[in-house]
Amino acid sequence: MPSERKSIPLRLALYALMVCTAVVFLFPFLFMIASSFKTNDQIFTDLESFRALLPVGPLTGENYARAFRLGHIGHYLFNSLLVTGITVSLGLVVNSLAAFALARIEWRGKQAVLTLLVILLVVPFEVISVPLMLLVASLPGLAIGADGIEITRSWLDTLYVQIVPFIANAFSIYLFYQFFRDIPKDLDEAAYVDGATPLQVYRHVIVPSSLPVFATVTILQGLAMWNQYLWPLITVPGEAARPLMVGMEQFFGARRTAWGEVMAYATIITVPILAAFIIFQRWFVRSVVGSGVKG
Amino acid sequence: MSVGIRRTRSRFAAILFGGPAALGLTMFLAVPFLMALILTFTDQRLVSPDASRFVGLRNYERLLSVTTLVQDPVSVGDGQDRYVRIRDITRTDPAYRGYRPLTSFAVGDRRMTVLARDPAFLRALGNTFLFAVLVVPLQCVMALGLALLVNAGLRGQTIFRAVYFSPVVMSMVIVSVIWSFLFDRDLGLFNQALSLVSFGLIPPIDWLGDPRAAMPAIVIMSAWQGAGFQMLILLAGLQGIAQELYDAARIDGATAWQRFVHITLPGLRNTITFVLIVTTIAALGLFTQVDVMTGGGPRGSTATVMFEAVRRGVREQNVSYGATISLIYFAIITVFILLQQLVLRRRQGARR
Repeated sequence: MPSERKSIPLRLALYALMVCTAVVFLFPFLFMIASSFKTNDQIFTDLESFRALLPVGPLTGENYARAFRLGHIGHYLFNSLLVTGITVSLGLVVNSLAAFALARIEWRGKQAVLTLLVILLVVPFEVISVPLMLLVASLPGLAIGADGIEITRSWLDTLYVQIVPFIANAFSIYLFYQFFRDIPKDLDEAAYVDGATPLQVYRHVIVPSSLPVFATVTILQGLAMWNQYLWPLITVPGEAARPLMVGMEQFFGARRTAWGEVMAYATIITVPILAAFIIFQRWFVRSVVGSGVKG
Repeated sequence: MSVGIRRTRSRFAAILFGGPAALGLTMFLAVPFLMALILTFTDQRLVSPDASRFVGLRNYERLLSVTTLVQDPVSVGDGQDRYVRIRDITRTDPAYRGYRPLTSFAVGDRRMTVLARDPAFLRALGNTFLFAVLVVPLQCVMALGLALLVNAGLRGQTIFRAVYFSPVVMSMVIVSVIWSFLFDRDLGLFNQALSLVSFGLIPPIDWLGDPRAAMPAIVIMSAWQGAGFQMLILLAGLQGIAQELYDAARIDGATAWQRFVHITLPGLRNTITFVLIVTTIAALGLFTQVDVMTGGGPRGSTATVMFEAVRRGVREQNVSYGATISLIYFAIITVFILLQQLVLRRRQGARR
C-alpha cells in the first residue's frame, strides 16, 4: 500500500470516485429490493427519480405473497436448499478423503492418478453436459410411487440427478490436495507410531488443521450448486424437483410485466446469499482469490 | 508394526478413501467426456425408435461447411441490379444443395454470397467471438481500475472491495432478470438516464429488442457482474509488487502516471495475462444471460455456441449434433487453457 500521505483534496476525490462506483455496483440490487415492496404503478411512477432505488412511499407485501402463491417459491427454495446442502456436505467428505489418499498416503500409481486429475480439471461442464444428460436419462433410478419405492428407467426430473453427479469434484479434490500436502508430515508419522489408523489420522490430525480449505470448498461448491442453472434446465423439466433458479426463469417468463412480483422473487433468492456473503465476506474473498490463482 | 503390513494397509486405505471420488469422477466426468467424443460420429437422438448409426464426420461437415457464390447482375431494364434468388440456386444446383445464405456483400457490381450448411451455428460462433472481443477488454480494464481504487490506501476500502465484488456471488439468472428491467425500452432506468443526461436528445434504445443493441447490452451487464472477480486477482498481484520500487521512484520524482506505467503495469504483466485468458475462457461459454434475457434473439443476434449446443442437443433432442457443437467449443477453449497452464507455470517458476 502506498505509504505516501495523500493530500486532502486527492483523498476526497478518491472517496467520491469510490462512492460513485459503489452506487453503480449497488443500484440494481437497490432497485430490486425497493421495487419488491411496491405496486407496479408505484414502481413506474418512481422510475423518474431516485425514489426508484429506495423503499419509500406506500409499501406492500402483496408481491411476496404472490411470489409464494403463484411462483411456488417455498417448494423450489426447499429443493435448492436440499440439493445444495446434501451435495456440499457429501462433497466435503468424499473429496477430502480422496485428497487425503493422494497427499498423505504412499501407493503405487499415485502420480498417474494425479496427472489424470489435473487433466479432468480443465474439462468444462458445458462440454459434457449434453452427453451427461443422455447418460443419466438412461440410468435406472428410484422413485416413491403409489406402491412404495419403485424402480424407474431414468434419473431425469429427480432431486438426485442434481446431487449425485456433483458430489465428486476434481477441483475440490485439487484444493484439498494442495492444502493437505503442505501440512508437516511428522504430525501423522507420530500418530502412526502411536498405532493410529489412516482414518484416525485423517480425522484427528488432518481435518482439524485444515478448516480454511474446508471453508473454501464449502463456499465455492455451495455457490456453484445454489446458482446452478444449465443442468437443472436440461434435466428437470417438471415442477416437483425444480430448483430456484429455473423457477425464477419460468416465473420471469410467465409474469414479465409484473415487475414487483418478479423483484420479490429475485429478492427472496438473493437475500440468503447476500447475508452469507456479508457475514463471511473475508472467507468469500479469500476463496475466490485462491480458486482464481490456482485454478 | 512392520513396514510390509503398513504398506498393504495403506494401499487398502487409499483405495477405500479415494474410491467414491474416483467412481464419481469416472462416471460423471470421464465417461461423458468420452461419450461426447464418440457421439459426434453418430446420429444419436435423445429419444428415438431407431438405433443410432455411425455417420463418420457428417456432423462436423454440416456444422463447418462454407462455400461462396459470386453472381453477375441480371438486367431487367429498370436500371436496378437484380440477382437470381439464392433459394432458386440452392434448389437446382447440386453443388449448393443444402446450403443457406450466411451473408452477402457487393464486389464491384457483382454480388458475393457466403453460404453455409448451418448458418445459424456459424453466426452463433461469430456472436460468441464478438462477445469475447467486447467483454474481455471492458471487464479487465474495469477490474484494473477497481483494483487500483481499493488499493489506494484509504480507510474503509475493504467495504468498497466487498461492494464491487458482490455481483460475482449473485446468480447470473437473477442478475439477468433485474437487468432485463433496467434495459426496458420504455421504462428502463438506462433509457431514463440516457435521456436525462442528453436532455432528451438520445431517443430510447430498444436494448434487448434491437439486433444491434442486444449484444452490447449483454456485454455491459456481464462486465458489471464479473469485474469484481478479476479485481480480486489483480489486487493480489498489486500487493505482490515491492513497495520499495514505488518509494524509490517517488524519490526520483516520478509522477503517479509514470509509476503506473513503469512499475505497476510491468509488475502485473503475468497477472494481467492470466486474467485476460481466464476471462476469455469464461466469455466463450456465454449461455445463461442469453437464455434468460433474449433467448438468442432478436433475429439470432445473441445466440452463442453454448446456446446452440443446448438448443440442438436438448430442445431439439439431436444429442449427437449438440455434442459436436460442445466439442468444437472445447477445441476452441483448449487453446486458451494451454496458454493459461503456460502462464501459471511461468508464474510459479517466478515465485520460487
